[in-house]
Amino acid sequence: MADVVEDVQAQEKLIEELGYDDHFHEHHKQDKYASGFISKYVFSQDHKIIAKQFLITGMIWAIIGSAMSVIFRMQLGFPEESLTWIKPLLGKWITVDANGMGTLNPEFYYALVTMHGTIIVFFVLTAGLSGTFSNLLIPLQLGSRDMASPFLNMLSYWFFFLASIIMFTSLFLNTGPFSGGWVAYPPLSALPEASSGSKAGMTLWTMSLVFFVVSVLLGGVNYITTVLNLRTKGMSMFRMPLSIWAFFITAIIALLSFPVLVSAFLMLILDRGLGTSFFLSEIFIGGQALDHVGGSPILYQHLFWFLGHPEVYIIILPAMGLVSEVLSVHSRKPIFGYTAMVLSMMAIAFLSFLVWAHHMFMSGVNPFISSIFVIFTLIIAVPSAVKVFNWIATVYKGNIRLVTPCLFAIGFVSMFISGGLTGIFLGSSAIDIQLHDTYFVVAHFHIVMGVAAFFGMFAGIYHWYPKMYGRFMNETLGKIHFWGTMIGAYVIFWPMHYLGMAGVPRRYYKFDTFQAFADFSDMNKFITIGAIIVFGVQLIFVINFFYSIWRGKKQTTKNPWGASTLEWTTPIRPGHGNWPGKIPSVHRWAYDYSKGEREVITQIEPIGEDEKLDSH
Amino acid sequence: MTLLTIFIIFVLFAVVIVQISRINEMAKAIKGEEEVSDRSMDRQGKLLFGFMVVFLVGTVWSAWAYRNVMLGYGPHEAASAHGGSLDSLFNATLAMTGIVFIITHIALFYFAWKYRRRSNARATHISHDNRLEVIWTIIPAFAMVGLVISSLMIWNDVMADVDPDEDYLEIEATGTQFQWFIRYPGPDQKLGTKNFRLIEGSNALGQDWSDLKNLDDFIAQEIWLPKGKKVRVRIAARDVLHSFYLPHFRVKMDAVPGLPTMFVFTPIKTTEEYREELSKYSEYQVPADPDDPDGPQKWEVFDYELACAELCGYGHYSMRKVVKIVEEPEYRAWLREQESFYVQSIRGTDADPYKDQLFDYELADRKAEFERDFGDALSAADDAARIVRLKYVNFETASANLTALSRYELDNAAEVLQGNPSVVVELGGHTDSAGDADANLDLSRRRANAVLTYLSGKGIDTNRLVARGYGDLNPIDDNGTEEGRANNRRTELKIISE
Repeated sequence: MADVVEDVQAQEKLIEELGYDDHFHEHHKQDKYASGFISKYVFSQDHKIIAKQFLITGMIWAIIGSAMSVIFRMQLGFPEESLTWIKPLLGKWITVDANGMGTLNPEFYYALVTMHGTIIVFFVLTAGLSGTFSNLLIPLQLGSRDMASPFLNMLSYWFFFLASIIMFTSLFLNTGPFSGGWVAYPPLSALPEASSGSKAGMTLWTMSLVFFVVSVLLGGVNYITTVLNLRTKGMSMFRMPLSIWAFFITAIIALLSFPVLVSAFLMLILDRGLGTSFFLSEIFIGGQALDHVGGSPILYQHLFWFLGHPEVYIIILPAMGLVSEVLSVHSRKPIFGYTAMVLSMMAIAFLSFLVWAHHMFMSGVNPFISSIFVIFTLIIAVPSAVKVFNWIATVYKGNIRLVTPCLFAIGFVSMFISGGLTGIFLGSSAIDIQLHDTYFVVAHFHIVMGVAAFFGMFAGIYHWYPKMYGRFMNETLGKIHFWGTMIGAYVIFWPMHYLGMAGVPRRYYKFDTFQAFADFSDMNKFITIGAIIVFGVQLIFVINFFYSIWRGKKQTTKNPWGASTLEWTTPIRPGHGNWPGKIPSVHRWAYDYSKGEREVITQIEPIGEDEKLDSH
Repeated sequence: MTLLTIFIIFVLFAVVIVQISRINEMAKAIKGEEEVSDRSMDRQGKLLFGFMVVFLVGTVWSAWAYRNVMLGYGPHEAASAHGGSLDSLFNATLAMTGIVFIITHIALFYFAWKYRRRSNARATHISHDNRLEVIWTIIPAFAMVGLVISSLMIWNDVMADVDPDEDYLEIEATGTQFQWFIRYPGPDQKLGTKNFRLIEGSNALGQDWSDLKNLDDFIAQEIWLPKGKKVRVRIAARDVLHSFYLPHFRVKMDAVPGLPTMFVFTPIKTTEEYREELSKYSEYQVPADPDDPDGPQKWEVFDYELACAELCGYGHYSMRKVVKIVEEPEYRAWLREQESFYVQSIRGTDADPYKDQLFDYELADRKAEFERDFGDALSAADDAARIVRLKYVNFETASANLTALSRYELDNAAEVLQGNPSVVVELGGHTDSAGDADANLDLSRRRANAVLTYLSGKGIDTNRLVARGYGDLNPIDDNGTEEGRANNRRTELKIISE
């Protein structure tokens, strides 16, 4: 923005005078890690390229995943309409009768629901969100040349790519992709007799996710090491931007919880293939009694949710970090209560390991166990509330630039409030008796960790787009995108609360088999139309994204948003190594906005003689 | 073709989008960045504020429009004793979170609008306020503690098992792909044991027939329960996870293979009473079937339902059972109509471990039946009607050896003959027409003699007994069918004189 006075030369001088000299030499032509096309754009070890790889792969998955939701919403909203037109795409999964009426196969309906969940949760909101922004921002905002291990970082992406390929392949299996829900509860997921999707589809599903976990762990180790060891001179932990705190804490959670998921999958694979009985007991299926005795399906649920619940924080924490950053920059104000924000993230991270069984109140665990999880679950609402109050206090008395990234950040706060509050209902085991596995749950988690996380991601993409491509995304399209998504998301998910209160269960192929659930066909139509429109609006974003890479408005200044953090002190298109000469050193926290006479004081400026310190 | 159309539409859409974006860029270039920016901030601020107003009004309005699904309200009142407490807790939580929702949304969007960027304005540097942090940590913490306590009190109440000396009814629900089996304990009030290895076509639950408690258990097509009686539902699964879900009763519990679960609840409204309640709301005063405007109204056909709430495969959405809550007398009447699954389908088959013995009630039944038949024959005027067929006397195939169970019927005959000392009877053996006629005649004679021998062994004077073989000469049914042949193979007791 033009009103941010920028003195490029003064900045460069500061870096030159105070920066840390790590004897970095720029290899303009002979950089052996980034010279050829392959090593620069494909098997790149540059964190900025890897971030883009995560982002674009994530976007492709997001399109596939949400297109799936449009198809199964068609089934739910318009069960009487013919789906023959989509037969060229889905083939045998659309059954066309003598009148030309095409119906979606229920088995494939469940496959779509399952794949939608798996793809969005893991591939889009974990890899696409955390993978993109941790990679992009950790080195840039900490003042490091790259990740601690660029090679592992590269592997992290390529394991994700491998996982993607395997999952994508499973979509085309003759027996269909896995269809037992993204949580993959055994025995349904363990027994090929139980469902056609539990045959080869499930095998590929588990393989894909094991590779995915490898990717997450390689990334996570790197993020943690980089944050701990590669901060530039002066960048103490409590001078780090909140985004970095968020990525750091996220990586720790991921490192502690994902291996547990792998152990669950390993046991599941053994149960499926080698006749063990970790999760299976006393089962009669396919006309015969199985030999498995002594296992417990509940054990799987404990292991799964030991990851599964931290996973929702793995998704939402990076979004929180991005939003904190974006809100502060565009409000031209420090984030309110920086220390409280960091502590609340730590509290959330810690508590996230103690709440997993709130997904299992109705699964047959001892009710006494549930009591303990009720306590921790409702307590986790406290740090979450603190964060919300701090965000609201951040915009208070700001001078808020209502550009697209900031709008998405505000939208995020709204979504997080709406979806977070419904979590209080579900966290209370007594209310959960009625609401468990109904549309109330669907509404809750879509708003709080689906839509909200997407909003955080969009805020991040619009905000750091110039850093990635040296150009801006189009504002008008951005605003259409924001308003369409904001209104559309509530149109889709708000009514689902009422469905849930009426008791309508989730994962139903159609509702007319039950009197109690059949009354909502108008609402279901409404939701489906909303979903189709919101899907269309996301295509605007995709077009805007790719169009702007080549034709977007060019970034002309180094620090277009007037931010205080280090990534904006690099050249407009930073090369391999990020800063051409010395690494900037840091002299203050990341939030000196509107302090004294100046709108922003970047982190690289030393504290003035008469300056009051903000205790950082 | 349609896909192609969609693709073309998408391309056109993309072109339009790109053009819109370029027009905007040009406008900016003409009017100047600053002015456009200020106007845009103004517009976005107003939009945010407007959105907040519409959104908040919309949420309140939608809650009113969908009041019929509000827990605890009119047509959505719980039909179980514990349900009301869950509904109140829901509503208390709704009130609390509703206030927070409205206040935070007003603050967020109002600030966003009020403090939108103006080129001449400045933000105020406020970095933190520890007192505020403490306040807004403690208040939610207290609110949460309150919720935890009330929630856990209700939870422990609802999830408590029955006292052993309490009066309750126990039933069992077993989920399979894709239906529920509902088992009642029968008159002994006890459910028999099961074993999944015993499951087969004729024994869907794997009931162990050597357990006497199983013999009176019955499998019901619908769940019928008496109003006001505590019910303990044993919940089981045969193949994959299911979930026993009674939405109107606020009951839900997973069915887990290998791990029996349970839920205790007390229905407090009969189906009729619930229908009465629904009849007060206009949404239910419409024809149940839109194609039949004169048919019954929606409230008249209402039924409680059992559903599955845990994904169990492609038929998950169809696991429906009707639940009827009735007054005690109606429930008793229904119980009397139910027949034990064992008696109906297992008794006397190879799966029956008691195949070679009779239970006391069967002995009594057969005795009464024989006495009745004998009495009828004795008082009949017509000679042809003075015959009693010994229905339960059977021989091993192609032999004159009586089966084990035949003696009960013959003991009855002996007893009756002793009570009527003047009666003389002919014991007639009959076979079906299969095989050689002479051999059949011979076999029938030997069988008649065997019966005679048995009766004389029981102290009946042989002068009163005549044994006679008819072979296949007197069929009473069609020898062309298996069933007919079985009927033709028989032993008759004919009263000759008294």
